[in-house]
Amino acid sequence: MEELKTGRGEIFTEMDSDSMRNYFRNKNKKLVSKETTVKEAVSQYIGNGDYIAIGGFGGVRIPTSVLHEIVRQGKKDLGFSGHVATHDCQILAAGKCFNRCDAAYIVGLEARGLSKHARKVFQSGDIKVTEWSNAALSWRFKAAAMGVPFLPARTMLGTDTFEYSAGKEILCPFTGNKLLALPALHPDVAVIHVNRADVYGNCQIDGIIVADDDIAKASKRVIITTEKIIDNEEIRNDPGKTIIPFWLVDAVIEVPFGSYPGNMPGEYFSDEEHLLEWLSVENDEERFVEFLEKNIYSCKNFNEYLMKNGGIEKMRKLRRLEKFI
Amino acid sequence: MSTQYNNMELMITIAARNLEDGAVVVVGTGVPCAAAMLAQKTRSPNLTILFEAGGVAPRLPAMPISVGDSRTTHKGIKATTMAEIMEMCQAGLVDYCFLGGAQIDRYGNLNSTVIGDYYRPKTRFPGSGGANDLASLTWRTLVVCPQSPRRFTDQIDFVTTPGYLTGGNAREEAGLPKGTGPYRVITDIGVYGYNETTRAMELRKLNPGRIVEDVNENSGFEILIPEEYGMVDPPTEEELRILREEVDPDKIIIGRG
Repeated sequence: MEELKTGRGEIFTEMDSDSMRNYFRNKNKKLVSKETTVKEAVSQYIGNGDYIAIGGFGGVRIPTSVLHEIVRQGKKDLGFSGHVATHDCQILAAGKCFNRCDAAYIVGLEARGLSKHARKVFQSGDIKVTEWSNAALSWRFKAAAMGVPFLPARTMLGTDTFEYSAGKEILCPFTGNKLLALPALHPDVAVIHVNRADVYGNCQIDGIIVADDDIAKASKRVIITTEKIIDNEEIRNDPGKTIIPFWLVDAVIEVPFGSYPGNMPGEYFSDEEHLLEWLSVENDEERFVEFLEKNIYSCKNFNEYLMKNGGIEKMRKLRRLEKFI
Repeated sequence: MSTQYNNMELMITIAARNLEDGAVVVVGTGVPCAAAMLAQKTRSPNLTILFEAGGVAPRLPAMPISVGDSRTTHKGIKATTMAEIMEMCQAGLVDYCFLGGAQIDRYGNLNSTVIGDYYRPKTRFPGSGGANDLASLTWRTLVVCPQSPRRFTDQIDFVTTPGYLTGGNAREEAGLPKGTGPYRVITDIGVYGYNETTRAMELRKLNPGRIVEDVNENSGFEILIPEEYGMVDPPTEEELRILREEVDPDKIIIGRG
């Protein structure tokens, strides 16, 4: 009988379902307003060393305001799930905020190219990386959301992606076939940008959900930024539209254009010029430092960043692009 | 035929012809997406296009920049989770996945993770993304990329995404779903399949204007040349017109050819 293999990667997060159950048992589940500011949410809910998961899809429906604030507040030694992490990975790499990463997709910006700086960070050897695939990370969040320690799957087997993961080969107790066991992934903090939320944290999402339903259930703390705050009655008028229910949520912040320069389905398209500028300044150390100073460190808030990059006029243009007007 | 076309246009056209009407395909951005769009607008109007981030059957109004951007759900029939797309693949409900270029070896294994030592990489690339899952779980894997000895190499540093692994029955023995695996590789030189027994790459068709010597002159490993192989028909005027005017009018992809 062939020996079953175990990936050589490290598991960075809590594995014990019972300890997570106890954590969730003690979480405040009252229907109370969780409205706060980006600054306050980051300082209160994200600590150095925490493991964070970012909602959306790298450059689509991302919580940019919180990512910038994490960099501004100089958060260090974060763990990070690279579940199609593109511009979000690029921002956190710019701030050198993380030291370990579950990597399914990192350092690239899809069709736009690769981030030179993010690559440098990952090539330095300073970041602990455990390798996964996109489905593997989705299902790791799902296992955590289900409250089970692992889920079986049929992906990654036989490859180096498995070899450098923290998955395990197991035999199916029913068929005897070889399966991959994926450990549950419970982040300390999830940060998710949504189209609409009420002050309690009930969230509606337009377009793809990616893994955000499961990430919200899997994480100890959940920070929501929303394009707009809506009345609780609006949530109740269309309950089928609620992707994240309030008692999972710790903080709600209204951030219009909060996914900029990323795409926000139904609202505005991505700012390709700005994203390409970001990629290009990374080729020149000095220009990159100036660029970050201008766009992150010297901004007192997210609105200032928007204003520096074209303000209302730019947002109008991106809205039209989204709607093909 | 005197019609002029570049390599990118040729590869997209051939790739599109490999997607039959009624099939379900998961595509990435770039060439695979362009090919699926061209297929829909030519011989396969009922091709169902999925995107791994959650887009189901959009009427693509333009080339997506991200496999999760809003174009991937434009006038679609569903916007869902990545888990649901991958679960449909795992359940056997998806016929093809269509992956872009990377390092590829004779058994169709792909590298998109690192060049050099894993812990101190010379170059770090994005990693699997959804590629490993799609190639593990959909029935047939199509790969489209320009061919060169550097890209077609048996020295791949990291098997990110499974082809036939070490050949023969290795895929099934590893536990991957039965009957799945690499199907076609479409390059600027030819169209390749895999030997039924050894699972090594072999020539199926030569592209217009190519000679059989081009195949192995542009590969780092030996591609099998069977006694009989076909010739690819050149792109038609109609295919090129639709590709240039409707699929990629801004020349985002075909401009690279």
